[in-house]
Amino acid sequence: MNIYESFNYWVVMLLMMSGLYILIAHGNFVKKIIGLTIFQTSLYIFYISMAKVTGATAPIIKQGIELYSNPLPHVLILTAIVVGISTTALALALVIRIKQAYGTIEEDEIQAMDEKP
Amino acid sequence: MIAHLPILQVVLPLLAAPCCLLINRKALVWAFAVLASIAAFAFSLVILQQVLQTGTITYSLGGWTAPFGIEYRIDLLNAYLLLIVSGISCIILLAANTSLSAELTGHKHRLFYVVFLLCLAGMLGIIATGDAFNLFVFLEISALSSYTLIALGKERQALTASFRYLLVGTLGASFILIGIGLMYMVTGTLNMFDLSERLPQVEDSRTLITAFSFFMLGVCLKLALFPLHWWLPNAYAYAPSVVSALLAATATKVAIYILLRFIFSVFGGEFSFTTLPLQEILSVLGIAGILTASLMAIYQQNVKQLFAYSSVAQIAYMMLALAMNSTNGLIATLLHLFNHALMKGALFLALAGVMYRLGSVQLTDFAGLGRRMPWTMSAIVIGSLSLIGIPLTVGFISKWYLLRAALENGWWPLAIFILFGSLLAVVYVWRIVETAYFTPPKDRHSQIKEAPLSLLLPAWALVLANLYFGIDASFTIGVTELTAKALLGGTP
Repeated sequence: MNIYESFNYWVVMLLMMSGLYILIAHGNFVKKIIGLTIFQTSLYIFYISMAKVTGATAPIIKQGIELYSNPLPHVLILTAIVVGISTTALALALVIRIKQAYGTIEEDEIQAMDEKP
Repeated sequence: MIAHLPILQVVLPLLAAPCCLLINRKALVWAFAVLASIAAFAFSLVILQQVLQTGTITYSLGGWTAPFGIEYRIDLLNAYLLLIVSGISCIILLAANTSLSAELTGHKHRLFYVVFLLCLAGMLGIIATGDAFNLFVFLEISALSSYTLIALGKERQALTASFRYLLVGTLGASFILIGIGLMYMVTGTLNMFDLSERLPQVEDSRTLITAFSFFMLGVCLKLALFPLHWWLPNAYAYAPSVVSALLAATATKVAIYILLRFIFSVFGGEFSFTTLPLQEILSVLGIAGILTASLMAIYQQNVKQLFAYSSVAQIAYMMLALAMNSTNGLIATLLHLFNHALMKGALFLALAGVMYRLGSVQLTDFAGLGRRMPWTMSAIVIGSLSLIGIPLTVGFISKWYLLRAALENGWWPLAIFILFGSLLAVVYVWRIVETAYFTPPKDRHSQIKEAPLSLLLPAWALVLANLYFGIDASFTIGVTELTAKALLGGTP
């Protein structure tokens, strides 16, 4: 198996794992959100790669073109992007509220404040 | 009209949600939300009756037929869950107005009902849809609205609990999306019924095993299976009381529905249990979950948190029953799904009453409450007895089926573990009973009165349902038996 053949999927795995790592390893809530977004973006690339048909063009009707990429995953991922954006927006809104309530967005500091009665 | 019921069930709360914004008065918004929820409940009753009479109902959205268009497909399992979710949300909404007036500032009420109805629409959508991607979208609708609902809690921990739930929930949903994508890759379809016919042809491919693993991991994050449960206790404990009741009684049930649907209908029981070691994984995690979560519950000082841990244990019971992979095991899962919704609904609504009068649910504040709030406390006691599984309550019926399934499989040691888990439940329930009935009341609580009727009645409605279905279980057992047989039969 040629590594270049599945280059897209390697990129997807790399992005996914780095996103997951950032999400788990960093204590800063905004960095966690960045990790989550990278993780979700890898999914978009995954779906788009899946739709690719060798030798085909983008799924837009034009004269003289016979072979198109599969349009369905493109449509699906459009929905997933919207879902991702609303998740990020809600997460950022929560971070603002957390900052107002605690005065910090570092996980360990917040944990210490919660444990103190 | 009747032909459009499957879609009305979902669209009605979805449309009712923004309409709440148009109504200005607090009581009116509440009445409107209750009406919408009751209508959804009525639809689900009619649907269940129709399914019992004529079998599976299919509904093509916009007239596009199945593999190309989106299809809603309602069989017994769906109809049964639609009934549970819409029924419980009705009762909880009835109690919401009073409970919220103590926990939420006035101008937020309208927004609360908007989000509540969106959450309901999302959950009903997950159950009704027959399209895998549609399921993901509805999952996110209900999840995003439940993060918002949790963040409405009074204390600031509610914010961090909601944020953690958001991270875990999104991760879970993304895993589910990967699973769906991989399934689409090998079959070229998103329709669940179509998937169930095409997946067996590619059974040996590694892609399918990866898809299954990602999907299951995602769902297990959502339903808080034991090692993946850490987001749940805080989320339940710091949310407004009615929200805890809603989440505990319905949200995890819906995740379990997804699990059942995909294990038995889409992938097929055979693939799930023979190609992959699902039985071993679920039974080990189930046992570990029952013991650990029950032990954790014993050490909690916050009663809401205590019942949240007990929820984790009850979910583990359901997974254990699922791992039996037999008709009786499946009946036990489905029965416990229904019964646990009744128990936890009753318990959290009763706690909402305590929260209304005391403004706190710390165990130490329960001192002497048995005399001050006799009806609320007796609701909690009966709900807890049901949790333990005392005869004449619903908990007994589902535990009985679980034990029978374990013995049928010849899993003797498991039966002992199940009984031991019940003993642990006795311990944490006893802590509440002891504080409430056998400790002298605190001086500052001398003015405490019984919870208002608008909270007591919904809670007691669920308590009485606990007793009724514990004595006469013919309806629940009848439906679940048919469902279990249909699921094990293979076709959705």
